[in-house]
Amino acid sequence: MSAKYGYYPGCSLERNAIAYHQSAVAVAPVLDIEFVELDDWNCCGATEYIAIDVLPAYALVARNLAIASRQKLSGGNQNQVVAPCSACFLNLSKVDKYMSDAPRLAANVNTALAAGGLSYKPGSVRVRHLLDIVVNDVGYDAIAAKVQKPLYGLRIAPYYGCLIVRPGFQGAFDDPEYPMSLDRLMGTLGTTVVDFPVKAHCCGGHMTQISEQVALELIRQLLQNAAEYEADAIVTLCPMCQLNLDGYQEAVNRHYGTKYHIPILYFTQLMGLAFGLPAATLGFGKEFVDAAAALNKIGVQPPPKPKKERAGKEALPMPEMAAGGLSHES
Amino acid sequence: MVAQRSAAGPAPGAFMDEVIAATPGGASHLELCVQCGTCGGSCPSGPDMEHTPRHLFAMIRAGMKEEVLRSNTPWYCVSCYYCMVRCPQEIHITDIMYTLKRMAIKEGLYRESSAADAPDFSETFIDFVNNYGRSFELGLATRYHLRHHPLTAVRKAGMGLGMVRKGRMDLTPKRINGIEQLQAILAKARELGAEDGAISQGGRQ
Ligand code: SF4
Ligand code: SF4
Repeated sequence: MSAKYGYYPGCSLERNAIAYHQSAVAVAPVLDIEFVELDDWNCCGATEYIAIDVLPAYALVARNLAIASRQKLSGGNQNQVVAPCSACFLNLSKVDKYMSDAPRLAANVNTALAAGGLSYKPGSVRVRHLLDIVVNDVGYDAIAAKVQKPLYGLRIAPYYGCLIVRPGFQGAFDDPEYPMSLDRLMGTLGTTVVDFPVKAHCCGGHMTQISEQVALELIRQLLQNAAEYEADAIVTLCPMCQLNLDGYQEAVNRHYGTKYHIPILYFTQLMGLAFGLPAATLGFGKEFVDAAAALNKIGVQPPPKPKKERAGKEALPMPEMAAGGLSHES
Repeated sequence: MVAQRSAAGPAPGAFMDEVIAATPGGASHLELCVQCGTCGGSCPSGPDMEHTPRHLFAMIRAGMKEEVLRSNTPWYCVSCYYCMVRCPQEIHITDIMYTLKRMAIKEGLYRESSAADAPDFSETFIDFVNNYGRSFELGLATRYHLRHHPLTAVRKAGMGLGMVRKGRMDLTPKRINGIEQLQAILAKARELGAEDGAISQGGRQ
């Protein structure tokens, strides 16, 4: 019987990081695990809510913990919730930990939750990052046994970013400065793991929205490092990291006059390929920096590109109007 | 313990007590800073900050409230927790940065910092969360950038458009079923927070 976990996708996996969600869902049955999505979960507040208002920020997250704690998983890992997004993972585990450490905070949060008929007992939900359950619950040996098409020859820079390893509010599962679990996982899939000294450095987080200058430099350093080690792709485990390195790669090239072309993929996408799943089920094609060259290297045909939308009857309502203005941008 | 001070003008250390009291989640250890500089040396935003975290904490200790709340430092913190795992005194540095953001907003001082747009990004974000229970990237991008970066908004919208084409951005926000329940919870939390002095709830203990 497969191992069940509560599943908190978070807002990013619904849309921006849909490739992460699709590939996670696709590899789960191969790994004999089952995700049960939390009923009517809400946003974790990212790094924004707590910058404005603290108690509501904790209550916001605690509603999810309350829902998780009463979710019944028959024969599953009762009260274990998997969060694939590092920011969600951090917020959920942090609120649980701080409520445990500060009874007055816990009491206030519970008074707020009671207004919605909920309650949460600190310590009752264990929050796990998706990578953690893959490498520690499933394990490298079990994963190796499922590899049908080893990804030989593909050079991978394993990128962890910050929040999966820092600070480890419910106990860290890997080193906060030089983690190795993703390296080992990628090696298990047959890839050549390149040295990537900046693997736990920051992707810039929300700075792309606040000071592009700061963000682009942080992104450039990561791309430069991967380029120096001739990585075919950077593999990530966080939607924010993926978006910053992928969506802003062109902006970095424009800003610095560089020519980086490094696709940014989710670890679950590569697991799917190594397990022999069709690329089309793994969310390929959503990336801005085309992954075709990297995929060709391991003999995988990228799924056909969706046809270019033309203004006209199939036009998307609002953004197509914006598109009209775009061609004239300076 | 946080000292309870009487109203005879701000005593030295009063600002530090205020910061500590407004940082929930157990002991923040701010008062234990030994000025070793590990935090600033680890910080990815360090070069762009007006003050390193170490410097800022010395200013807090010295009671330089206005200067601290005008600094761009908290707004340039990207919440990477590097400092926090390295700090020998286990100071909750990242949480203190959040506290300083909230205080700067309350005092209106952030408008004078070089990161004056940052609070509005956060506020626009939480507006969507309050109304829908979910974040909404397209709405966030358009509302925030049109207001603050009209000159580059078109280019940003270009990326937004690419996101829509790639199926990576929704055109309309999703609303959770329990939005009324969530709003009741958030309203109660706001009320409790206000009773406790707007920014300082949770505190120590
Ligand atoms: S690392 Fe910790 S003790 Fe050292 S200066 Fe920074 S906050 Fe103070
Ligand atoms: S958490 Fe903030 S202050 Fe600390 S190292 Fe990261 S960016 Fe700098």
